Amino acid sequence: MSTQLDDPRIVESDVRTDEMLVNMGPQHPSTHGVLRLVLRTDGEIVSDTTAHIGYLHRCAEKIGENLAPRQWIPYTDRMDYLAAMNMNLGWSLAVEKLLNLELPEKAVHLRVIIAELGRIASHLVGMGTYGLDLGSFSPFLYAFREREKILDLFEEVCGARLTYSYITPGGATHDLPPGWIQKCEAFLDQFLPVVDEFHTLLTSNAIFIRRACDIGVLTPEMAISYACSGPVLRGSGVDQDLRRDGEERYTEMYDGYAFEVIVEKDGHYPQDYKYPAVPREARLGDCWHRFYVRMLEIRQSIDLMRQAFDRYSTAKGSYHIPMKLNEKLPRGEAYLETEAPRGQMGFYVVGNGTPIPWRVRARSSSFNNLSVVSELCRGCLIADVPAVVGSLDIVMGEIDR
Amino acid sequence: MRAISWLPRSVKAEEPRKNVPRVLVSPGGRVPYFTTSLSAGRKAARSTLGKTTATGIGRPVAEYLQTILPFWLAYLVAALVHATLLIVLSLASGVIFVWGERKVAGRIQDRLGPTRVGGRYGWLQTIADGIKLLTKEDLRPKGADSFLFRIAPYVGWGASYAAFIALPFANGWVAQRMNVAVFFILAVLGLEVFGVILAGYASGSKWSLFGAMREAAQVVSYEVPLGMCVIVPVMIAGTMDLTTIANMQQGWFFNWFVFHDIFTFLLFGVYFTCATAGVNRAPFDLAEAESELVAGFHTEYSGFRWLFFFVAEYGSMFMVSGLAALLFFGGWNGPIPVTAFWPDHPAMNYLANFLGMLNFVFKCTFGVVVMMWVRWTLPRVRIDQVITTCLKYCTPLAAVLFLGATLWTFAFPGGITGMRQVPYGMVREQYKPAEVRAAEDHVAGHPAAESDLAVAGQHRSPR
Repeated sequence: MSTQLDDPRIVESDVRTDEMLVNMGPQHPSTHGVLRLVLRTDGEIVSDTTAHIGYLHRCAEKIGENLAPRQWIPYTDRMDYLAAMNMNLGWSLAVEKLLNLELPEKAVHLRVIIAELGRIASHLVGMGTYGLDLGSFSPFLYAFREREKILDLFEEVCGARLTYSYITPGGATHDLPPGWIQKCEAFLDQFLPVVDEFHTLLTSNAIFIRRACDIGVLTPEMAISYACSGPVLRGSGVDQDLRRDGEERYTEMYDGYAFEVIVEKDGHYPQDYKYPAVPREARLGDCWHRFYVRMLEIRQSIDLMRQAFDRYSTAKGSYHIPMKLNEKLPRGEAYLETEAPRGQMGFYVVGNGTPIPWRVRARSSSFNNLSVVSELCRGCLIADVPAVVGSLDIVMGEIDR
Repeated sequence: MRAISWLPRSVKAEEPRKNVPRVLVSPGGRVPYFTTSLSAGRKAARSTLGKTTATGIGRPVAEYLQTILPFWLAYLVAALVHATLLIVLSLASGVIFVWGERKVAGRIQDRLGPTRVGGRYGWLQTIADGIKLLTKEDLRPKGADSFLFRIAPYVGWGASYAAFIALPFANGWVAQRMNVAVFFILAVLGLEVFGVILAGYASGSKWSLFGAMREAAQVVSYEVPLGMCVIVPVMIAGTMDLTTIANMQQGWFFNWFVFHDIFTFLLFGVYFTCATAGVNRAPFDLAEAESELVAGFHTEYSGFRWLFFFVAEYGSMFMVSGLAALLFFGGWNGPIPVTAFWPDHPAMNYLANFLGMLNFVFKCTFGVVVMMWVRWTLPRVRIDQVITTCLKYCTPLAAVLFLGATLWTFAFPGGITGMRQVPYGMVREQYKPAEVRAAEDHVAGHPAAESDLAVAGQHRSPR
């Protein structure tokens, strides 16, 4: 069923009044960026959704054929701009795989701290804006208040609040400033009660449960078939997390860290976390479960960061390996997927003996997550479309690149 | 012989009301009302052959103007005075509540709100915004039906404003005292949805149409439980005249109808929910749902036209809070009868009425602030869930509580303590200035009626 509008020169003899084509246009307060959704609706019930993307395409991959890997890092920042540290990390790891670099221990633990802090910041935005989509204004501001503190920490580390360009092939651009770990610990100590506040305001709120439970149910088979990843996949009950299951080069970053993958097994989430109980109305794979997985991942990241603080303080080595800008890339290719906050983010680089790569490619997690929206929105009301799209937690910068 | 035969035997209707403690009678009831009630004024005028019966401060405006102007002009001017006062109230309350909303919202969201325009608290911010809206370009979408697009805000605002005609602010301080005030207010508030439908349809945008249709369904559905909730205090009081209903709750706070019985107490909760839904406030604000419909039915409105929708919304919030205050919380009668101990002098009675008005406005504002508080806390309910709540939860609950309250008043006519000063039943009363009533009572040989309140219990034949 296409949503192409017919040629207006053809005069229709009878006007269809049972179906409407409604355009949730590129400018819309709740489509998480410049996404155009054309809904074919019968009154309020949506029968088909077509997503039009490309409004934010900036030819990043083509530009990558003209820049050295270190010069291309700011372009990764601007892909998933809410989790820029994790984008930097993915690209740096791919380039290091191509160069076959071995990083010192300190750099590895530094990357764990930064990546997990970035994950918390990203989930705060995802959770806050999801509340905003459903009409709850205050948790959005509380989430951003906490995110401000994280951005202040990041500003101390690298000088920027949103597009950091901090993690580079070889390590990072600067070491963590003295006293930064203590500030981070202080932040985490006061942050944990705030997460409980979010649970009270959103997760266990009766109206939120009515809006999010049993809406947009994604079966595990459909999730795997559409190549969804991250909280979208784990919210459907599929046990997959690249920090445990991914490539050797990525999982050895998390070697020795104790963490459980946040996924529902036998009707239970990991027991380490005190959490509000799953409501009766929720079905595995609905918006509530995806939201819940993100909330628990915030707690998991706090745990991981605390473990990383100890390891970083006692680690040996330097925070980076000095690399020359015009270091020649070996002939060959490397592809590495990492667990970004929104899913599995993959970077592919082909070297041809010159400092400039032959081809770069970013495999976007949100792209695949968004592709499932037409299946999920079939048969729901218009008011559920922002609920579903918000629960997928997409960022258009990543989809369009 | 009992003149009112259907009164239960436990209430002795023949007893003279000597044991009414003076302290419970509001001094405001003794003075001729500050009102322009047309029929009453005319009767008073006729009965005293064109001379006014009241003197001094607190005379009805119409009666005073009769001495200077011809009869019809006096009433026209009085009506204009009251209309102007109400317009000022409607617009000023919009301005103040917008400021209040921004401050309340700011504080709930861990920030300050306006702090620059007009000093540290930013109270002139709304004036500045109003000036900005006045000077904005007057946009009209090309596909819009131009006439309907232009009048829609005024239809909505007109309905919200017209309901203020029947709302009393203190004893007798009402633009037009009607003995069907409750009915009038409910009917006129229901007209506000016309403005919304017109706006949504005439904007020529599918999104606006969605918002308008949702709002129409919602407001009309919630009028049913709202009506049922409102009937119970009317039934307890026996009249639809808001001034009388509030007068019956004078004295201490336990005279308030909300504490009358458990059913009315619960019914207030249902009323507040239905009232919030009826004025399209969160969590029932789908008509203007920002995240789905940009701005719903007023997406295409900018500048001053949009301001009218806004003022209409805040006016309606004030109105339903005022109705709650009058029906459940005693209106201008405070929790403590502060002015009952004052000497009976026209100036002091005027002051008592003035303080009562401030008390009433405070209660209304509190209701509005609670609505704002709820808006910034809870997520939004989906339209089918809103209608489900109305039809499957609010309406049966209101009906059950209505039945409970009815049975209660039948079983305990004197209230739970048996000491209610005003028995139930018909309180049909005719407005007469106190002097006229006193004169009539003196002639009929009964002790002088002390107030409007005492009239209710008399077993005279109904006039």
